[in-house]
Amino acid sequence: MKLKLATCVLAGVMAAGPVMADLVFPSLSYRTGPYAANGIPFADGFADYFTLLNERDGGIGGVPVRVLECETGYNTEKGVECYESTKGEGSLVYQPLSTGITYQLIPKATADNIPVHSMGYGRTSAKNGKVFSHVFNYPATYWDGASIAINHIMDVEGGDISGKKIALVYHNSAYGKEPIRTLEELASIHGYELSLLPVDHPGQEQKSQWLQIRREKPDYVLMWGWGVMNQVAIQEAANIRFPMENFIGIWWSGSENDVLPVGDGADGYKALALANPGGDYPIYADMEQYVYSTGKAAGAGDQAKTVLYNRGMYAALLAAEAAAKAQEIHGVADITPAMMRDGMEALEITEARMAELGLPDFGPAFSVTCENHGGAGLGKVQQWDVAAGEWKVITDWIESDKAVIEPLIMEDSMAFAAENNIQERCN
Amino acid sequence: MFYREAGDFSTTYTQDSQTFPIAFDRYRYYFVLAVAFLVIPFIINDYWANAVLLPFLIYAIAAIGLNILTGYCGQVSLGTGGFMAVGAYACYKFMTGMDIYLMGADGEWVRYALPPINIFFSVILAGLVTAFVGLLFGLPSLRIKGFYLAVATLAAQFFLVWLFNKWSWTYNYSASGQINAPTRGVLGYEVTGPTAEPWAAYLFCLVFVVALAWIARNLTRGSVGRRWMAIRDMDIAAEIIGVNPLGAKLSAFAVSSFFVGVAGALFFSVYLGAVEVGEAFGIQKSFLVLFMIIIGGLGSIFGSFAGAAFMVLLPVLLKNILVGGLGWPTDLAAHIEFIIVGALIVIFLIAEPHGLAQLWRLAKEKLRLWPFPY
Repeated sequence: MKLKLATCVLAGVMAAGPVMADLVFPSLSYRTGPYAANGIPFADGFADYFTLLNERDGGIGGVPVRVLECETGYNTEKGVECYESTKGEGSLVYQPLSTGITYQLIPKATADNIPVHSMGYGRTSAKNGKVFSHVFNYPATYWDGASIAINHIMDVEGGDISGKKIALVYHNSAYGKEPIRTLEELASIHGYELSLLPVDHPGQEQKSQWLQIRREKPDYVLMWGWGVMNQVAIQEAANIRFPMENFIGIWWSGSENDVLPVGDGADGYKALALANPGGDYPIYADMEQYVYSTGKAAGAGDQAKTVLYNRGMYAALLAAEAAAKAQEIHGVADITPAMMRDGMEALEITEARMAELGLPDFGPAFSVTCENHGGAGLGKVQQWDVAAGEWKVITDWIESDKAVIEPLIMEDSMAFAAENNIQERCN
Repeated sequence: MFYREAGDFSTTYTQDSQTFPIAFDRYRYYFVLAVAFLVIPFIINDYWANAVLLPFLIYAIAAIGLNILTGYCGQVSLGTGGFMAVGAYACYKFMTGMDIYLMGADGEWVRYALPPINIFFSVILAGLVTAFVGLLFGLPSLRIKGFYLAVATLAAQFFLVWLFNKWSWTYNYSASGQINAPTRGVLGYEVTGPTAEPWAAYLFCLVFVVALAWIARNLTRGSVGRRWMAIRDMDIAAEIIGVNPLGAKLSAFAVSSFFVGVAGALFFSVYLGAVEVGEAFGIQKSFLVLFMIIIGGLGSIFGSFAGAAFMVLLPVLLKNILVGGLGWPTDLAAHIEFIIVGALIVIFLIAEPHGLAQLWRLAKEKLRLWPFPY
């Protein structure tokens, strides 16, 4: 008992850190565990972009940025610990990179008046800003992703997919279950047959699912996978000689780390893209000059220019832009989380601004409003080219079917509002 | 010197058979209770509650539960995670209004729903539901023993997790399969939901911990516990001296599952607030609780607390020292943490196979003989 108390006291002393005048961006990352292959590049990109801002511009609006990294291992309990230990340091916005942790943080962060940005993940219905005041999921949501994938299949099939069989291989968690609602709705409209194949955490064991696919012979397979599950699924698909161009992953199942281990078999595998892959952008010259060459790169420094590194950078960029917006709105340089929330709600990303930031023709142009926290809902399709060793973008921006998604979002968010007695905002 | 029986006279049988016969132990126990109830609620903050104390208290309940089954009755169980899930989902159904569908006279399904039950009683009812489920899965223990029983309970673990993924009634048909604890309170104070004060959530759990630990301690000291231990030590001999194995084994399963169910209910409603079954109540949870009682000490209530503290607090402490104190990269710290905790487990089990509780027992023994220990 005494040992226990002593332990507690020590833990408390260690947890209490100093408070400084800077902009704190917590990074709930995971560099360990079965999801590390995807967690590391994202965390590196996130940290490196802020390092670049500090080195090149002296922070945001003259205030230096501090990235507070906390290892969650994609585990909700550790995520809660990370949230509690970092929120006291003036953390401006949480980006947990985990749908499970996002569900945890939605009520907690809202009560603490701290915004959450679940970029292209998390709870889809949080798009409805009237109900979810502190949660943002721009530039696109999972239901957009499901719709974009179906739209792409329709394009390939020439507009008619009735009678086609589509299988969804998904991570058996809140994350993987997220698109089912939309895919079922779309199935009733377009007349395809949907079969659901859950894969349990961590996803290394998928033999039976792919055996079923071999037996049922679906025309298309969609995948909502993450971490080690992606590599295994693509390998299994290659093993059963499933036509790779009919295998489409969500934007979290389309990084180099997912296809490289499979080798030649992965050729032609498709995935959605939130933003363009590749490293052919002017920002990388600045990165080289200010971050890489000075030895300030996060992690091992070997992830630059990969899909998820770009996405981590993009997440940091959107956060930095929102912070700048918040500074502009409130006229204060050292903003609070509440001000940050206002900045995020007024965020506007244009093509011109992206070019100015060194990322021309990278992500979609969108603006966030009080009602719409989900952005434009655009995505591209990228395809893995083994010979070139890179992702090739094969479509232009595809728009999701808003007429189908919007009513679903309203239904789900209203149920949440009723459950939690939330008054509608923005009226 | 001051830690001994001498001078502490019992004049009644009640005094003679009390839990802590040594005065110093008794005062220490009262002191710990006083600090837990009267001091900590006033100094607790969000971090302490959500990252340190709530998980410790809740895992302590789960560890006591498993210790009753494994440590006292000798039935190895790997189904703890699954039983915690039963507790969590039952609590969710009770606190949001348990609904059932019955076929009406006109052939239509009619929905009947209980009103939402107070969170305190929801937790207890969740424990009772889990006790019943545990009883069912305990039935095979009458025919199979040891490793084979462990495998049977492992089946319970996987079956229950599968069930709560598949049966959408259990999560009120939510699209994501997540269950979210709505805001609920006791006596006007919120204990669940995002706006609950840390002291209220802490006290709520503490009341359960103290009450359940007290029950467990007294159950295991009494005739019920003796029957369990007789079964554990040698079931045939126990049967010959008149212990009913059916009653003893099934009561151990029921009581143990009640504790584990309460722990699962608190884990979901007070501590996390939102869970999905595969992640929160997977096989790792079963192993975690099993490690707690092995490290803490099989067949010891104190050992359950010590084991829970070891497995919950040590990683948090190490993380705070390595990342917060020394400023190491988070991934390096996470890996080193695994190594240190793993090494400590191995060292403990080699140096003291009976766990932390035995170390504690030895320390007390030495103290009683002090200054001339042998």
